Amino acid sequence: MRLNELPPHEAATIRVIDWSLLKTSEARRMRELGFDEGVRVETLHRGPVGMDPIACRVGRMTIALRRATAAAVSVDPFPMAAE
Amino acid sequence: MNPAPLVALVGNPNAGKSALFNALTGARQKVGNYPGVTVERKSGRMALADGRPVELVDLPGTYSLDPASPDEQVTRDVVVGRQEGERLPSALVVVLDATNLDNHLRFALQLIALGLPVVVALNMVDMAKRDGLTIDVAALSEALGVPVVETVAVRRQGMDALKTALATIVGDGTRTVRAGSPPEHDIVTLQRRARAIAVAATSEESLQRRWTHRLDAVALHPIVGPILLAVILFVMFQAVFAWSEAPIGWIEEAFVKMQDAIGTVLPAGILRSLLVDGLIAGVGSVVVFLPQILILFLFILLLEASGYMVRAAFLMDRVMAGVGLSGRAFIPLLSSFACAIPGIMATRTIDDPKDRLTTILIAPLMTCSARLPVYAVIIGAFIPARSVGPGIGLQGLVLFGLYVTGIVAAMVAALVIRRTVARGESAGFMMEMPRYQMPVLRDVAIGLMQRAWIFLHRAGTLILFATLLLWALLTFPQSPTGQDQVRYSAAGRIAEGLETIVKPIGFNHEIALAIIPAMAAREVAVSALATVYAIESGDEVQTERSLVGRLRGRWSLPTALAFLMWFVFAPQCLSTIAVIRRETNGWKWPLFALGYLFVLAYVAAGVTFWAATALGL
Repeated sequence: MRLNELPPHEAATIRVIDWSLLKTSEARRMRELGFDEGVRVETLHRGPVGMDPIACRVGRMTIALRRATAAAVSVDPFPMAAE
Repeated sequence: MNPAPLVALVGNPNAGKSALFNALTGARQKVGNYPGVTVERKSGRMALADGRPVELVDLPGTYSLDPASPDEQVTRDVVVGRQEGERLPSALVVVLDATNLDNHLRFALQLIALGLPVVVALNMVDMAKRDGLTIDVAALSEALGVPVVETVAVRRQGMDALKTALATIVGDGTRTVRAGSPPEHDIVTLQRRARAIAVAATSEESLQRRWTHRLDAVALHPIVGPILLAVILFVMFQAVFAWSEAPIGWIEEAFVKMQDAIGTVLPAGILRSLLVDGLIAGVGSVVVFLPQILILFLFILLLEASGYMVRAAFLMDRVMAGVGLSGRAFIPLLSSFACAIPGIMATRTIDDPKDRLTTILIAPLMTCSARLPVYAVIIGAFIPARSVGPGIGLQGLVLFGLYVTGIVAAMVAALVIRRTVARGESAGFMMEMPRYQMPVLRDVAIGLMQRAWIFLHRAGTLILFATLLLWALLTFPQSPTGQDQVRYSAAGRIAEGLETIVKPIGFNHEIALAIIPAMAAREVAVSALATVYAIESGDEVQTERSLVGRLRGRWSLPTALAFLMWFVFAPQCLSTIAVIRRETNGWKWPLFALGYLFVLAYVAAGVTFWAATALGL
């Protein structure tokens, strides 16, 4: 599953990020904001128009990003919805 | 004597750096610019625990030493000693958000690796405790190899401990500490090391950031969120009028008393005219708007300090994407409602050059506070102060409409610019959403005082000069009796030329006169009109002192509306043009902005005038 398809308030772990889908600056910003394999993510909010952008909890930060960008992130949903 | 050692505050955005800077330096701050670039340099003096003075400089917040914007580049260059006009710091205070250690530590590791003496300020420990986090400061200090001090900058806790720690590591300022170039660590490796240290030093009970979550459930709600944003903005613009009424009355009264006092002391003549018609009528008519400008800035400072501004950017991103921009552009544009200059400077946080250029070019269309005096006078004179609904005044509504016109025009302009002169792929949107914070009264007060000072300084220098010059041009040469002084004067003759150009859009001679000096700053239009009509009415018994009353009898409604529309678009602010030149490194874009905005202003004013005339208004 990709991060942009993750239902709200469902936690997941980042499996892999396809950096080649992202522009260099975007990829760097993502790394700086803590996106990395094995990190826990959760979608918290979605934008009012077209459910875009989305706000995700990444580690301890909340990051807003566009769905198109989130599509580069593959996630494994937690088997049991924790929260 | 050696200058005081330089200590630099460095940290991620949202680490509480500015609050720490305010807590350490108080109001003794100097705001300047780094040479060559337009990045703001904020510095202040503080004393260490042993009494030694140091200069503290607040560097722009950044996530790494790999700069993406001019702001971040300054931070990198200062800490490696390559920034022109700045000494290499004797020590760094690295500010970390205790609730967000794993991310902030990565940058701290990069900074520590530079080899400068470092103290870590572990900020917002109160928030961390509330979140159920306990951080082992000794373990953290050992893992990093530098002193770590717990602070709560907004409550000025831990400042003494920080000053003590700094005293042990700051040299006497004579020995040069050579920093190396930034170590070439790859971000992912550093991040993993940071996370390992953070995990080892932190014990955690719950993951909840409860307040932020609850507030975001409302503020970012797909339906309630945008409504809330619209309500906040609407209240903001209503407040600008409603709350300022009383203080404006006091200021007006004070100026009238001054005019009366001078009138009784001085005999009628040139000197009295200079003081009463030039100085007091001109400067007074601008200073009167200080309350409104402060109310507007108050709202913007509160929205920024509370963390709501980023939420607004989130809500607006998709709309902005529609015109080729991102939610990031929303923050500079909203700041431009206060003043386009800080707004244009705030575009430096936009990494994409075309996004940034577009934002710079449309920022002057956001209704800045300097337009408020113009709008307020015209609305006050021509729009009746009646209520059109519960809590909604017609005057406030018209003002809101003018703001909306500016916004819509900016969006259309962005769309066109993004498809023509700044064509390119959209840059995307990615932002950290900080927790909500109660704005600190002290920080807001410092921000407001700085704004008030800048405004009064402008009124006392630029606006004073423009007003006096205009008074002189209006007063000389003196007309022979029986002839109209304003038309006979030097200014009147200059305006005659311009009048032929602006007549088709409904402007009269006095407006032509007023918009020339208003190039210096928009507010001057008001002081210029005040001076023109004060001189025109001469020394007769003045039945109507205020400009509002004088305008009412002299302008038609279509002319007034056209004048308002002109000011929505016209780039009447040399400082803005100068800032665009600096930010874009050349004359191409400021001239482009001047051209397109004047054309828009002329067309919009003309259309308004003729439409209003046709409607029989």
